[in-house]
Amino acid sequence: MSESFIHTENLCFSYTDSEGKKESPALKGISVDIKKGEYVAVLGHNGSGKSTFAKLLNLILEPTEGRLVIDGVDLTAQELTDELILQLRRKVGMVFQNPDNQLVATIVEEDVAFGPENLGIPQNEIRIRVDEALASVGMSEYATHEPHRLSGGQKQRIAIAGVIAMMPQCIVFDESTAMLDPSGRREVLDAIRMLNRDFGITVLNITHYMNEAALADRVLVINDGTLLLDGTPDEIFAQQALLKKVGLEVPQCAELIYALRKAGVRIEGEALSTPEGCAEMILRAYRNKGGLSHE
Amino acid sequence: MKGISFGQYYPANSVIHRLDPRTKVILAILYIVCTFLCKSAVGFGVLVLSTVLLVLLSRIPLRLILKSMRPMLMIIAFTSIINIFWTKGEHLLTPDGWWLKIYAEGLWNALFMVLRITVLIMATSVFLTYTTTPLAMTDALEQLLSPLKKLRFPVHETAMMMSIALRFIPTLSEETEKIMNAQKARGADFSSGGLLQRAKALIPILIPLFVSAIGRAFDLASAMECRCYHGGEGRTRLRVLKYHWFDFATMLLMVGFGVGVFFLNRIGIGYVLR
Repeated sequence: MSESFIHTENLCFSYTDSEGKKESPALKGISVDIKKGEYVAVLGHNGSGKSTFAKLLNLILEPTEGRLVIDGVDLTAQELTDELILQLRRKVGMVFQNPDNQLVATIVEEDVAFGPENLGIPQNEIRIRVDEALASVGMSEYATHEPHRLSGGQKQRIAIAGVIAMMPQCIVFDESTAMLDPSGRREVLDAIRMLNRDFGITVLNITHYMNEAALADRVLVINDGTLLLDGTPDEIFAQQALLKKVGLEVPQCAELIYALRKAGVRIEGEALSTPEGCAEMILRAYRNKGGLSHE
Repeated sequence: MKGISFGQYYPANSVIHRLDPRTKVILAILYIVCTFLCKSAVGFGVLVLSTVLLVLLSRIPLRLILKSMRPMLMIIAFTSIINIFWTKGEHLLTPDGWWLKIYAEGLWNALFMVLRITVLIMATSVFLTYTTTPLAMTDALEQLLSPLKKLRFPVHETAMMMSIALRFIPTLSEETEKIMNAQKARGADFSSGGLLQRAKALIPILIPLFVSAIGRAFDLASAMECRCYHGGEGRTRLRVLKYHWFDFATMLLMVGFGVGVFFLNRIGIGYVLR
């Protein structure tokens, strides 16, 4: 329990319409434990409730039912004061989907400083934090640039630097790569990996890209407001039929293994999440007793 | 559209660029007072000289400033015509019996008015727009107006709104261009027809633009909240404005200049306004 950073029990959330009558449940009871320093991907198709889940972790939305404990603080057992919410948001940062709509200032370093400024950190320490945060995402040379002249991937890295400067323990990426081109996406994914590995920050990457989920230590699949699957990428991608049923696709390399197995080729192993792992499995099948064998 | 620049800021490294933005706001106000204190031909001569000196000090090309004065030509011409024909005085210039009466005082008045407007616009734009970034300007206004907080005027919020507006000008102008292209691709025509028709053609641009701007505002609000924004209270700043001795010196100099101009009014060479 002490190791767990996020702990939820039967976490529910319903949207109510403007008259406060009709309720539409978005999350129908999610129970999950996320440990400190874990890299977790949350998968789900549009409308599955994965973004709602992310917004609950930051109290942008308040849970309607269930228990939510973050870093040992039970947020559903007590009245939510502004102070409590500020404390939580200091620990859990968030990076959103649209890079343009989360940058506040007209100068890059001013934007990175926005969070620490709000926390009331002394000027000279803000300076240090801003410089370090920009260096960690490799954007130091753009410190005095105007953000609107940067590429999507660069803007998103600025947004990440803005969160790092607040020194959170956990960062939630709410489809932060969805609007980026492939090179921008790689920049952001590299930054996420670095945060998790070098800074020990707990990372939740909400996404619908399978290839991104494959990079995580653990994958949660959310469908129709409930937790459908929970396991390592290899375990998750072994459930191809179930994933297809809920509108998700497995990575192409895993798909290839399935197609080969379906055709009767015997391939052993479970390393489905990376192309290298799949290649290794196929190679092993080749070398087995002088060639591929049909069952 | 990516090349859009904010305001008319002209980057250079001059004495005036280096002044504290708050100082520049104060200097601009003092200078406006000076132009209104000035009433004599000698005074105006000195005033024009001081503006020329200011432009030279700021290292902004004079051509650039004169070009930006062009839209003001109409107003300047209009005021001078009114002054020439509507001022009554003692020295009639036109022959007796003419229905049109032009007095020497009218000509002087017109000249002074033209000089006053020109000098006023040139000096304030050198202080406020050419040498100060909009961001520095926002900071300066926030700090200069901070005494108004006692009267419950939302100084911090106003400054924050201004800087966010500045931040979104390029984003929204890019978006406008995208929407216009999308509408053009579907056969919209923005460049023909009368005024009314053109105004009507803008509606299919404005509506999606507003909808998206409101959506952006919601996104930005949650992003700001996630970064612990909770108003101006207890907020520190990365950049803190600091006065130097030089700022006080220039302010003193400007006050001295005003006093000087006031006393120059006593020299009766040329013409003195009453």
